Formats: sequence, C-alpha cells, structure tokens
Amino acid sequence: MLEIAGLGHRYADGHQAVEGVELHVARGELVSIVGPSGCGKSTLLRCVAGLQRPSEGRIAVGGRPVDGVPDDLAVVFQDYTRSLFPWLTVRDNVALPLRRRGLARAERRAQALAALAQVGLDGTAGKYPWQLSGGMQQRVALARALAYRPALLLMDEPFGSVDAQTREDLEDLLLSVRGGTDPGGRADDGGGGMTILLVTHDIDESVYVGDRVVVLTGAPGRVHSELRVELPAPRDQIVTRGLPEFVKLRAEVGRAVRRP
Amino acid sequence: MKRVGLGFLARFWLLVLLVVAWELAARRAGDLYFPPPTRIVSTMRELWWSGRPSRLWLSERAVDDFVPSLSHLLLGWALAGIVGIAVGVGIGLSRIAYLVLDPVLQFGRAVPPPTLIPFFMVAFGLGTSMQLAVIVFGVVWPVLLNTAEGVRAVEPVQLDSARVFGLGGFARLWYVVLPAAGPRIFAGLRVALGFALILMVIAELMGSGDGIGSRLNAAEREFRPDQLWAGIVLLGAVGCVLNGLFLLVERKALAWHRGARRTIT
Repeated sequence: MLEIAGLGHRYADGHQAVEGVELHVARGELVSIVGPSGCGKSTLLRCVAGLQRPSEGRIAVGGRPVDGVPDDLAVVFQDYTRSLFPWLTVRDNVALPLRRRGLARAERRAQALAALAQVGLDGTAGKYPWQLSGGMQQRVALARALAYRPALLLMDEPFGSVDAQTREDLEDLLLSVRGGTDPGGRADDGGGGMTILLVTHDIDESVYVGDRVVVLTGAPGRVHSELRVELPAPRDQIVTRGLPEFVKLRAEVGRAVRRP
Repeated sequence: MKRVGLGFLARFWLLVLLVVAWELAARRAGDLYFPPPTRIVSTMRELWWSGRPSRLWLSERAVDDFVPSLSHLLLGWALAGIVGIAVGVGIGLSRIAYLVLDPVLQFGRAVPPPTLIPFFMVAFGLGTSMQLAVIVFGVVWPVLLNTAEGVRAVEPVQLDSARVFGLGGFARLWYVVLPAAGPRIFAGLRVALGFALILMVIAELMGSGDGIGSRLNAAEREFRPDQLWAGIVLLGAVGCVLNGLFLLVERKALAWHRGARRTIT
C-alpha cells in the first residue's frame, strides 16, 4: 500500500530532518512510528501526504508515486483547533471534503452524519467545533477522515492534546473503526480496510494500537528498528496493557527510542 | 426587559445629560451661532421631514439631499470593497506579489485622499464620477491591506487540511481562505465605511451641485447657523446608523469568530 525508499529531506535552512528512510506498509496494516522529539516524524508524514516534496527518495501510495496529495489519503492532525474550520458546523466540516467525491449535497450530508455516528457524536451535527471538548473535536477530525473513505489514513500525534482518559477512549475508537467491523461501515473498499500510519511520541500508545512499531533515530531520522506487535484482538486498555507480551514490547520500544 | 432598560440608561445617560445641559446653556446665552438642540431639531424637520406621511415624511429637499449623498457613499464603498477584497486576496495569496507591491500600496495608502480631489475635478469634472472616484480611491486601502493581511495569516494547518481533502482553487478560496480572513476583511470594511462618509462630505463641500455637503455650503452662504448645525447633526446620525447596520451584519457573519474566541481564551 505504502512504499518508502531512500527518503531524505533537508530543509532550506540546511536542517536534515530525515535520511534514508525505508518503509513498506501492507494494505490494512496499522503502523505506529515513534522516535525522540525532533526526529522528523512529522516531516516523514508530510512527505507521504504530498504536502512536502522530499529532497531525496521515492514514495508510492497504492503503487502510484506521490506527486501532490494522493486522492485517497486523509490526515488527522494533532492540532484539532486549527485543522477543523471554526466557521463551519460539525456536519459541514465533515461533509466539505466529500465535494471532491462528486456527491450531491444531500448525499454528502448523509455520509457526514453516518461518520459522526460512527465516532459516537450523534446529536452534535449542528454545533460548531469550538462548542465541543477537545476529545470531541478530535473525534470530529476523525469522522472527517473516515467519511472521506481513504485507503491510507495518516495521523500526526492525533491524541497528543487531550487528557489521558480521553486519549484511551480515542485509541479504542480508532481500533474499532479501522477495518470496518462496525455498522455504518466500509464494505465497499475492496476488503482489507484502511491502512493507517500513526505518528506518536507515546511508547505505550504505539504498542497498544499498532500491528507494527517503527522506531526512528534522533535527527536526522532513520529507521532504527521495527517490532511486530502480536497482541491478541480485541485489545483492551486494562487487559492488554497487563499482558507480559505488552510489557516486554513496551520496554523494547522504550530502549530503542532512548538509544541513539 | 428590565435589564435592557437599565443597560440603555447606563450607556446613554451622559448623552442625554449633555443635550439637556446644551439646551439650557444655549437658551440662556441666546447666541445666534449656538442654537439650542430643540431649534436644531425643528430646523431639521422643516428642511427634511416636512413631507407627506406617504413618503415617510421626507420633503422634496430631503430626497434631493439624501439620495445623491447616500447613493455615492454606498456605491463608492461597495466598489472599493469589491476591488479591495479581490486585489487583497490576490496579493495575500502570492508571496511575490506581496513583496513587490507592498511599497506601492504603502505609498498609495499614505496619500491623503482629499489631495486628489482637485485632480479628480480636472479629470472627471464636477459630479458623480468625481465623487465616486474620490471615495473609491480613499477607502479601498483599508479593505485591500486588511484583506491581504488576513489572507496571509490563514492558519497553515487549515490550508494543509484543505489540500489534503482535495479543496483546490475556488473551493479553497470560498470555504477556507475567505472565511478565515473574514474578521480582518470586516475590520477593513468598517474602517472604510467611516472614511467613505468623510470623503463624501469633503467632495460635496469642495464642489458639487447636490447632496448634504452642498446644503451645508448653501447654509453658509445664506448665513443660517441653525441649518449648518442641522447638517452636522444629520451627518453624525448617518454615521451612527451606518455603523450600527454594519455591526449587525458583521455580528451575524462572524458569530463563529466571537464564539471561538470566547472558548479559546
């Protein structure tokens, strides 16, 4: 689904953010990317999203080289107060991107309401984002991405600005909406569900939600190591985090992040 | 209801007090140059509100004075608004255009608009086109510069969101850039409205056959201080009403902005 080869990016000021990054993500996989702060995680994500042209290397999404923002890609940004449009209602925020899908207005609205229901936000459609709590705003951002039905979903520290309890709820929500096991779903995407690339600085989170954890080194960011997460599904905040396997993986990721 | 009444009292007691004091002082002084407010109001009624009820009591003279003034004011302001927003968006979206044009714009803005009146008189003659040119040239700057600043200050994350979700060209402009710049654009339009009233009066005072400004000129020639005062009070009231109407529209259009700001702070 996603192929990254020899990716490097140097900013105009000479700062080398990432270097020689190799990464392959299979369809339907959820890959967490962790690393020390300033390791170029966000640069990597921006390059994949086509928001930034890398200075070296190749990126292909669904077999097509990235040149501009791919059509079937969505992003959930960390800063929901800035990524949502405060002049639009919650429903219109979710429905606006669907214009690109060539849907009629009524159809766009119906899909927006379905996506809002999927993230547990029934009844907020007529409100404005700033009337909601931080956790709910990030749910709106997630609903916007889900309604768009992307093949590849990028998440840039999506739960970094909410409190711990909300964070756990959002992690479980993400696990429940991927793959389309829920009603309102995604039966039409040819199977395999969404591919998700999640950037985080939270080691526990990377293990808890991921199928695989990719650890980057400090600047310039390179792939330090990859760990496959073989935790049983469904994952549960209490049970899963108590498993010896989880504790072991968390320690491994933690060591990898701290070791240069 | 009671709270509204108290609020009104709290805000306007000083104005009422000043008018009453002025009335008493002017009556006692009996000076021709400083007529009491009641006299000013009766002059205003005699000049402009002595018409038939079917025409909202507006006199012939009121129609002759108000229609040209207000139509020039609103048309000039609207034209300046359209031009200012269009050019401002263009400049705000392009870094290069901004860098190249900024000095030119700063100079254009710095030229005091009334200095252009003699030139516009020569170029357009006396009349509507001259007055419109003065108003448009004078008030386009705050709209243009505010729009350009507003467009430049759109949150990068909002623009990234628009790009990621495939909003390009017109959709990006209409659904993201213009609303994001809305608060600045409205601020520019409000300043422009105040300027437009000033320039309308100046253009009329400096030479024109009709409008409220030329009524003031006539009152000066006929030595009618009460009519001069009537004109002053009328123009002040026009300014207040226009600003009030504008604020109503702004409040409705930017309700999201006030709400969002309240919750963030």
